[in-house]
This record gives sequence, structure tokens and C-alpha cells, in this order.
Amino acid sequence: MNKSLQFDPYNLIITGVGGQGNVMASRVLGNMFSMNGYTVTIGETFGASQRGGSVMSHLRISSDACYSPQIAKGQAHLIVALEPTEALRVLANYGNQDVKVLCNNRPIYAVGVISGELNYPEQARIHEWIGELSSQCWFLDATDEALKQMRHPIYGNIILLGALAATETIPIAREDFKSIIADSVPADKLDINMKAYDMGMDMIS
Amino acid sequence: MSGLISGKKGSRRLLMGNEAIARGALEAGVKVAAGYPGTPSSEIVENLAKVAEAGNLYVEWSTNEKIAMEVAAAASFARLRSICVVKQNGINVASDFLLHLAGSGTRGGMLVIPCDDPGALSSINEGDTRHFARLLEIPLVEPGDFQEAKDMTKWALELSEELQCVIMMRSVTRLSHASGNVTLGDLPVTDVKAEFRHEGFPLDPNEGIITSAPVAFRHSQQQEKLKKATAAFESSPFNTYTGPEKPEVLIVTSSACNLYSREAINILKAEERVGILKLGTTWPLPEKLIENRLQKCDSILVVEEVIPFMEENLKILAQELEPKIGRKIFYGKRDGSIPSVDEMNPDLVIAPLAKLLGIEYQAMSEEYATNAMQKSFFAAPVRDLTFCPGCPHRASFWSINNVLKLDNNRGFVCGDIGCYTMATLPTGFSTLKTLHSMGSGTGVASGFGKLTQFGMNQSVVTVCGDSTFFHSVIPALVNAVHHKSDITLVVLDNSGTAMTGFQSHPGLEVDASGGDAVKLDIESICISMGAVVKKCNPFDFEKTQQLLFELLEIKEGVKVLILEQICALSPEKKAKKNFEMSVDESRCKGESCGCNRLCTRIFRCPGLVWHEESGISRIDEAICAGCGVCSAICPVGAISRKEVAYE
Ligand code: SF4
Repeated sequence: MNKSLQFDPYNLIITGVGGQGNVMASRVLGNMFSMNGYTVTIGETFGASQRGGSVMSHLRISSDACYSPQIAKGQAHLIVALEPTEALRVLANYGNQDVKVLCNNRPIYAVGVISGELNYPEQARIHEWIGELSSQCWFLDATDEALKQMRHPIYGNIILLGALAATETIPIAREDFKSIIADSVPADKLDINMKAYDMGMDMIS
Repeated sequence: MSGLISGKKGSRRLLMGNEAIARGALEAGVKVAAGYPGTPSSEIVENLAKVAEAGNLYVEWSTNEKIAMEVAAAASFARLRSICVVKQNGINVASDFLLHLAGSGTRGGMLVIPCDDPGALSSINEGDTRHFARLLEIPLVEPGDFQEAKDMTKWALELSEELQCVIMMRSVTRLSHASGNVTLGDLPVTDVKAEFRHEGFPLDPNEGIITSAPVAFRHSQQQEKLKKATAAFESSPFNTYTGPEKPEVLIVTSSACNLYSREAINILKAEERVGILKLGTTWPLPEKLIENRLQKCDSILVVEEVIPFMEENLKILAQELEPKIGRKIFYGKRDGSIPSVDEMNPDLVIAPLAKLLGIEYQAMSEEYATNAMQKSFFAAPVRDLTFCPGCPHRASFWSINNVLKLDNNRGFVCGDIGCYTMATLPTGFSTLKTLHSMGSGTGVASGFGKLTQFGMNQSVVTVCGDSTFFHSVIPALVNAVHHKSDITLVVLDNSGTAMTGFQSHPGLEVDASGGDAVKLDIESICISMGAVVKKCNPFDFEKTQQLLFELLEIKEGVKVLILEQICALSPEKKAKKNFEMSVDESRCKGESCGCNRLCTRIFRCPGLVWHEESGISRIDEAICAGCGVCSAICPVGAISRKEVAYE
């Protein structure tokens, strides 16, 4: 595995819809880097947008300095999208030709889509567009698998973290994940989290 | 948070700004913390509450911000260190007491910590509390990163104790809710005894009475303290300069804008050309330090959020210093270099800085930007905020809205602050028609209810949450009852301060730290005031609507309907479905039903989706919270519910 950061600071955005567990994912990832001596800065959206709005966590991972909790336009290196159309929203603001995208396929419809006022694009189009706007991208059915295997959508985020490790875009290690997650969930939930993580790793080939 | 109290000196943690402040308070030996929940401030008190027992602290969620300030002040009067934490609006609520506290002075170190929300990410205002520091004549400090958030808390508490004056330490959303690495300091072993001394000479600051009168005397004492604070600020470790000795442009900044400014310089690779004077002490300004920096540069860019607070204060200083340091040109909010509304970010610093330096800067290639913008425009239109799946508010507003339509006299609802604020949006069927501060729905309704004299005959309804009821609705309700104002108050009781993360309030049996507390019953309070009171479960549409209708029929005085149903996100309820839901495909008639897709088009719970291909509604099992309510919406009974049995 590539042990060092490809860029310093490495700019990672986790995006999704309020309620999907963005904050949890960014915290776990941030702590994994922090425990390895990196300086991590995370900017989050909390509060009202947690009620069905678009949310983002900006992670800045650096070997030495503390950076702004907001990434500047066009400066993202990697986008992890818990919801596919949110990846496109983030690309429009923070993307560039070299950005990479790891994307969960499960859509969350905006109220406008539920009510029929707006259309939700087909999956094939979304994949095509994200492909066009990134240098490399991965798509997976993280939520669907989580519902099937773990009977709870929240494990989709853990599946994505496992998948993220397998993309080898940033150096993350299984043991680090294990020690951080063991700290933040009840003991009887450790196995299921590890299972989700491993499933995610296997989904990227 | 892990390690707030167990974290050893010298260890390094990834902390949220609010956690860093909480740790700083512990390192300073704070004994009492009080606040009222409000994003982005809540995690400070919340984290201290968690360690209250282990650290022998007293931590409370007070009924409102003014009381929180008074509770924290009492600790200071008894020579303990204390903090009071609120969001920006909270300073408005507490300002009457604060003005007097500024005059009376304090004893144990005391900080008031407002967390402002520039850009109103979770507010309906972007009020700037820095002005209050000037108005109240108290020192103002602002941390510029996460380590400082911790260290400054301790430093400011010590300074407050030395000066015997309350100090304001302001944070903002992007610090409070962002996270960064912090190296921890020592936790003191304290064994202080609370004691209020009042038997000495009345004017003695340590032994006398504590009040702001005689005003001229105390006021001049207060201003002496401010002078001492200014002197301490001159050598404060939180005022730093980075950059060349004689920069082309000097950025003066503070708070989160410090990080944006650093980023902007970094991206423009202008380290050799631009200097940053980062101020941690922002009022009163450390004049000598600023004079020294202004002397070396003529172009000053002031980077701050919301109002041009530093800019104006700097300009006054520069004007006074002009004979000595020459003329300076300021760029900032007043000349439009920095936007005057909304929050800042690195790009908003890059733009004026690049212009001043004559650098061409483009964040993305033209082609990429257009392409990405178009795709995101088609694929990702703005997401309206919605009530969560299973939220009792959706059900409540469904009923309120239906009844008002049936009542047919252009009735309306006055609202205030909480998740139910979103009832101004389609998710709450656009039911709320006025929306201001905490408790203001009932106050405004009380006024509307007296306008019959001038021919107004519309039904006046107001809503409030349970926490808001105690915070500031009670006095407004007293007013309405006393003046026989014809209004109906609907209390949306979801058993907690839900919006900000289920903090306790006087209607619950627990306090901030999970200890026993006396529960006050909203129903009895309203009855004792003389209101007509009804109560039911908002998930029961029929009963709710019938009761509300009956109450609206009573034409004089105050009526109260309490709708009790616990929040869908509450720890007790979260991820626990009461019902397994399904849409009976043979019954749902889709477009041909004539209901005009009532469930997905009007009711709009995110758990229900319109399935384009099959032309019927479906339950999204990943989203549905299993509240069961929508089964009562469908006119043909196609949405069925099956009770889930839990051991
Ligand atoms: S049962 Fe119906 S109303 Fe309740 S959460 Fe599920 S879809 Fe929404």
C-alpha cells in the first residue's frame, strides 16, 4: 500500500444528505489519520441541513499544518459520496480534472423528486457524468448491501470506508479502522462493523 | 468525546472546536457551566455535562440564556470559575443581565462564550455578538484555531479573574463545529470552596455587595479594567504576525477567517508578499501592537465575517495615529472587497487579495467549470430541507393545516425557533406565516388576538416546542391569558430539545448530566393559567383535527392543544420501527386515483417514493421510520402497516 500522502494537504470531501451519517464517517477517518501523527482539520455541516439538506465534510490531511475547515474551490483530491447526485454537486464546486470519486449508488430523493416536480437522473447518466468530471471513479451498492447483509443502511458508510481503503488513494489500514471503531461503538457491534469494512474492501477490484 | 477528562497532558487529540473549549474550561478549573442549547454552541455544555460527575462540576441547561448567565455569575460571585455558553441570539436574551454584570464586576474568572453562526447555517439570522462587547464595555477575545480554542479558554478565565470582569470569548460555526488537532494540558486538582462574601464595606469588590450602582463609580472602575485588559492584550500570545517585515499587503484578521486568510496566501503563493496580523484579542484593540504593524505597510485588507467590526475600530485607530504613521488605505467590507453578508471562505479572501497583488487566479478551468456546473444543475437541484421520516411535526402540521383550511376564515400560524421552523417550507405545508425569535410566536399571536377591535376575524394559531415553552413562551402566554387574547397555542411536545440534539429541559425528569430533576408539566401550567387545554397524540389525525377544530370554535381567550409524540431521532426511538410499512400494489391506483398523489406530492414523507415506472407509490425501507402515519393518508387504504413486536 502507498504509505504516504499523494498531496499535502490531501483534500477529501465526504458528501451526502443530512441524516446519512456524514459526520460519523468523517470523524472515523479523521481519527485514523490523527492517530498516525497527521494533522487533520475537518469542516462539517451540522444543524438545519442535517434535516434532509446536502451536507459535506471537508477533511484536510497534512503531515504538519492545520488548514482551513473549508477547502477552496477546485481543490478537492478525492470525493466520497454517500449519495450519487451529491457527488455532482460537489464536483461543480470543488472538482478538477484530476479528482477521484468513490460513490455509493443508492439515491436519496429530494422532496421535489418525491413530489414529482423534479426528475432524478438515471444511474447510467450519473455514472457517465461523474466519469467525465473525474480522473478515476468507483461506484458501489453500499447501502443496498448493508440493508441486505447488516439490515441497517448506516453500515453502508462503513462499507464505503472499506472500499476507500481498497482504492489505495489514501493510506488507511484495517487495524487503524478497527481500533478507532472499537472506541466508538459498543463492543457487540465491532464484528458487524469489521464485516462491513471487509465487504467494502472486497467490492473494489 | 473520548478523553475529555482522561486525556493526559501532552497527548494530542482530534477535537471539535467546542470540545477544545470544554477541555480548556476543565484545564482552567471551571466549576460551573450553564447554557441554553443552540447550534453551533451546544457541544461545549454537553461535553462538560458528561464529565460533571467525574470532574466534580455543576453543569446545567438553564431555562433560557439570561438565566444561564445568572447561574454562571452566581458561581463567579462565590469565587468559583464559570462559563456561560450560548449561540448568538442568546446574547440578546441575556444582554440585560450582562450589562449590569459588566458594571458590577465579577470575582471568580467568568467567560461568556457566544458561538456565532455567520452565513446562518443553522439559524435564521447572522447576528454578530462582537458588537455587544463594545456596547457592554467588556473585553472580547476570539480563538483563531483549535489549539487556541482550548488554550485561550484557560488564559481568558485567568485574565477575567485577575481583572474581576466578565470576558466574552466568541467562537463561530466553522471553529465550533470543525475539528483539528489539539495538544492537551494539565487538569488541575482543585479543592475550592464556594463562598459569597458580602459583609465588608459595600463598595469593596471582594467583600462588598455586587451591583452596578453607584453607576458613575462602578462605570469608571469598569473602564479601568478595560484599560488593564488592553495592556494585557499588547503582549497576548494570541496576537501573532506571520509574513515579511514589510509586506505589500497586510491582512488583519481573527477567528476562522485566520485560517481562510492563511489558505488564500498559500494558494496564491504570496508568502513573501503578504503578512497576516492575526488578532486573538479583538476589543479593545491592542493599540501599540497594531501601530507597530501598520507602520510597515500602507495597504490593509481586513478579513472578518458579518459586520465590519474590526475594520471600523482599526480605522478609528489609524485616524488617530495618522500624524505618526501616515495614511493607510483599508480594504474590507466598506469598500466591497469583502462581502458584507454570509460566511467567508478561502475563495472570498483569494479574490480581493489576488486583485491587490495583481495575480490572475482561476480556481478551475473554464471548460471544466461550465461542464460540471451544467451537470450538477440537471442532476442535483437544491435539496429543500424536510422533516425527518417519522417526524411528529409533519403529522402535526398536516392536521393544523387541514383544520385551518376547513375553518375557512384565512386563519394562520405564528411560529418560532426549533425544527418546526421548517413549517414555513413545503415540508410543513407552508403553514407558518410569521417566524422570529424564541417564543415570539406566542407573543405575536397575543397581539394578533387583540385586533378584533379593528375588524380582524381570522383564526390566530401559534406553535411552540416543549423546550421553547419554558424558555420564553410562558410570559407571552401569561400576557395572552391576562388580556383575553383570542388565540390557540399548539405545543409540539417531542420530549426534548430535539433540533440541537436532545438536551434536557424543565419538562423532563433528567438534568444535563443525566441526574434526577423535577419535571414541570406543561398541561398543568397552562391549566393553572386559566387556558382551555387539550392533549393528544399527533399521529392520531382524526382526534387531533377534531380537538383543534373544537378549540378554534371557542371564541374568547387562550386555548392550548398539546401534541405529544417523541422525536423520531430521539435516542429512545431512533432506528426502531413501530410498524413495517408496505404499499399494496393492487390497491394503489396511482395517477388514476384522483387523489392527485396525495401521499408523495402533498404529504411528502421522504419514506414514501413515487415509482415512475410502475406508476404507484412505494415505501423506501432504508428511509421509512415506521411511524405508521401515512396509512391514514391514503384515501383507498393502499398503505398498510403491520405492528413490529419488540421484546
Ligand atoms: S410510515 Fe409513512 S409517514 Fe411514517 S416514516 Fe414511513 S413512509 Fe413516512
